[in-house]
Amino acid sequence: MTHMDILEELKRHPYEYARKYKSERGRPIVGYFCSYTPEELIFAADTLPFRLFGTGEHIRLADTHLQAYCCSLVKGALEDAMTGRLDFLDGVVFPHTCDTIQRLSDIWRLNLPLGFHMDVVLPVKLNALSSRRYMIDVLMEFRRNLENAFRKKITDEALLDSLNTYNRIRLLLQKIHDLKYEYPGVIAGEDLHSIMMASMIMDRSELADVLERIAGDLESRKNTSPSPPGERIVLSGGSCNLLDIYGIVEEAGAAVVGDDFCTGSRYYEGLLTIDMNPVEAIAERYLTRNVCPAKHSGLSTRADNIISVVRERKAGGVVFVLLKFCDPHAFDYPSLKGALDQEGIPSTLIEIEDQSSADGRVKTRLEAFIEMLKRKDRKEGELSGAGK
Amino acid sequence: MKEKDPEKEKRKIKSAARMKEIMTHYYIEAKTADQSGKKVAWITSGGPVEPLIAMEVIPIYPENHGAMIGASKMGKDLCEKAERMGYSSDLCSYACSDIACSPINGGPIGGLPRPDMLICCTNICGTVLKWYEIQARYYGAPLFILDTPFCHTDFPEQAKRYVRRQLDEYMDFLEKVCGRKIDYDKMKEVGKLSIEGQKLWKAVLDTATHRPAPLSAFDAFFHLALIVTLRGTAQVVEYYTLLLKEMNERIDAGIGAVENEQYRLLWDNIPIWYRTKWLSEKFASHGACLVADTYTSAWCGSLEYLNENDFIETMAEGYSRIYLNIGIDKMAEIVISLIDKYDADGIVMHSNRSCKPYSFGQYDIQKIVREKRKIPSLIIDADMVDERFFSESQVETRIDAFMEVIKGTSARE
Repeated sequence: MTHMDILEELKRHPYEYARKYKSERGRPIVGYFCSYTPEELIFAADTLPFRLFGTGEHIRLADTHLQAYCCSLVKGALEDAMTGRLDFLDGVVFPHTCDTIQRLSDIWRLNLPLGFHMDVVLPVKLNALSSRRYMIDVLMEFRRNLENAFRKKITDEALLDSLNTYNRIRLLLQKIHDLKYEYPGVIAGEDLHSIMMASMIMDRSELADVLERIAGDLESRKNTSPSPPGERIVLSGGSCNLLDIYGIVEEAGAAVVGDDFCTGSRYYEGLLTIDMNPVEAIAERYLTRNVCPAKHSGLSTRADNIISVVRERKAGGVVFVLLKFCDPHAFDYPSLKGALDQEGIPSTLIEIEDQSSADGRVKTRLEAFIEMLKRKDRKEGELSGAGK
Repeated sequence: MKEKDPEKEKRKIKSAARMKEIMTHYYIEAKTADQSGKKVAWITSGGPVEPLIAMEVIPIYPENHGAMIGASKMGKDLCEKAERMGYSSDLCSYACSDIACSPINGGPIGGLPRPDMLICCTNICGTVLKWYEIQARYYGAPLFILDTPFCHTDFPEQAKRYVRRQLDEYMDFLEKVCGRKIDYDKMKEVGKLSIEGQKLWKAVLDTATHRPAPLSAFDAFFHLALIVTLRGTAQVVEYYTLLLKEMNERIDAGIGAVENEQYRLLWDNIPIWYRTKWLSEKFASHGACLVADTYTSAWCGSLEYLNENDFIETMAEGYSRIYLNIGIDKMAEIVISLIDKYDADGIVMHSNRSCKPYSFGQYDIQKIVREKRKIPSLIIDADMVDERFFSESQVETRIDAFMEVIKGTSARE
């Protein structure tokens, strides 16, 4: 099995991996939602942080707790928990982000006796002095709660080790993505998707080793990789359940060269500062990283970020991906689109209900968008040719 | 001229005329703020308005605007306009219809007065954050966010410290925008009036514990506007004193909100603004009065955390521990206490697709209520402003069936 095969297998059967991992290693597994869960602390407690995406299979039990206007991530995860598919979990962590996750936490706490239940109520606004102090307070409390749950002290030494491991993982993910952006043919979008999914599930020490080998492989073959597809696309929006959109975009004839997903670039961007108090280092990263629209760090931060990603990566356009019923992202969409319009950056929107709805309709829309970008390129090429 | 029905006339709440006067005056003053030189602040319904009142800033409530849009049946058009602006039809219809009004001065009052600042308190939902960001961008006005950490099971010390520190940041923000210092003596006075207003509002709602109830939840939806918009002013105290007096007179005269009240129900969630009259008459036709609700009672629900002699210090807790900012088990406890207090025979829950934090968890609350109080409940699927999500025939059938159950349950007792 190649390293990629290992990750693909993991993507296909994440729960099997977790069960096997638990029985073989005897290590506790902590489920979590969202990139605002301070994983570094969970990992430092010698447990496996395991991000929940929900499989979205045959929603039945979750429908008795959540109305039809709830997103598929939350419904899917609740369904998995209620049907026992998540019985390997020793506990679940709910960071406060959107209104739906907020209520999911309540429903979960009242209905599912799955180990411990922790709410990490981080600040909503991240650009005030008071928020920084509060953020650190909450992270310190989370550390104490984990210590109590596992009856185990999280030493500064263990935490520092964890921070170093996460920095290593994030640097490698950054490197792999950078290679992809520079040599789009070097790795398929689909494989990038497998890498991201595994990164939030797999044993992090082993993950770091696997990523190192993958990065090495890519580095060695970057110059001989097939020539990239014509159009370069940046993805923006909400993909909390890590939709397999990369493959669909590439099938439609473009390469993904950037994103602002919490399951993409926001997962690996920003390193932890090592020469400061480790809890403060985690806070600092959250405070300075590009934000989820459920958080606030100014009125134009997300728009500025997406424009700079497009410019840096020399992308031709942006594909907005919205998960149906995701309010924070849907509210941001018109102003983000407006900001791109002003910069003359074309964009299109696809709304996806769940993984299975990322179907032919979406592909047709993407193909039309990519065709439009190609025409635009040709026209600009002719114009610049004419000016010479 | 058509003869007035004396029976209907008797049941009309006379104070309502005064209330309309106050609200009209308030909106005229707000719309002409540019002439009076007063500053205008947009603020969320659960936001701390008292410092604004103390600074003589005119508070404007986009949510109240949303309710007016719904009540005047302009929701569908404005929500469709918002969709053309790129906002999904799954988003909050208060936010969408208000956002759609701004560029066209649309809606029932020709648009809200332009804000000099926006104050967004996150204690009611995450939606207000997005809504206020959008409007702050549109109007180019400064935005202050009061972040009240969600209290799933408790309100920890660090959260209290955080909100308290933000209140100082809030005062600094106001002083900067207004260009003058806040008068803390005035602030104390406003704090006292705010608490007095809330106590009076509570006393008004409490009169519905009487049989027959002198006012219904539908009346409360209307009279609520003052405690939301002008909390902290003497006007509110004055008005609710008047209203309370009228309610007590109605009790003495045996006048109920509903003719021949036989069944008492509890309402949950934001009203279906474009159908309040229809719903009120529908329930009344079954002899049912909606005697209380979780919505209007939220504006006097955190009195236990506030201290009138130490308003600023207790505001942090008072504004954080409100109905929508607590776990659903705590919400269920409040629902049960309302059932007991008002002696309700059933509960009507509006599953409001616009309001996720209010609606997600309703099924669990329903279950808890069923287990603990064994009373029937009805869920109405709708939207507070956007009529496209309301099916009259379906709702009518469900209400009729529900009332049959209520009648059956009451008959057996």
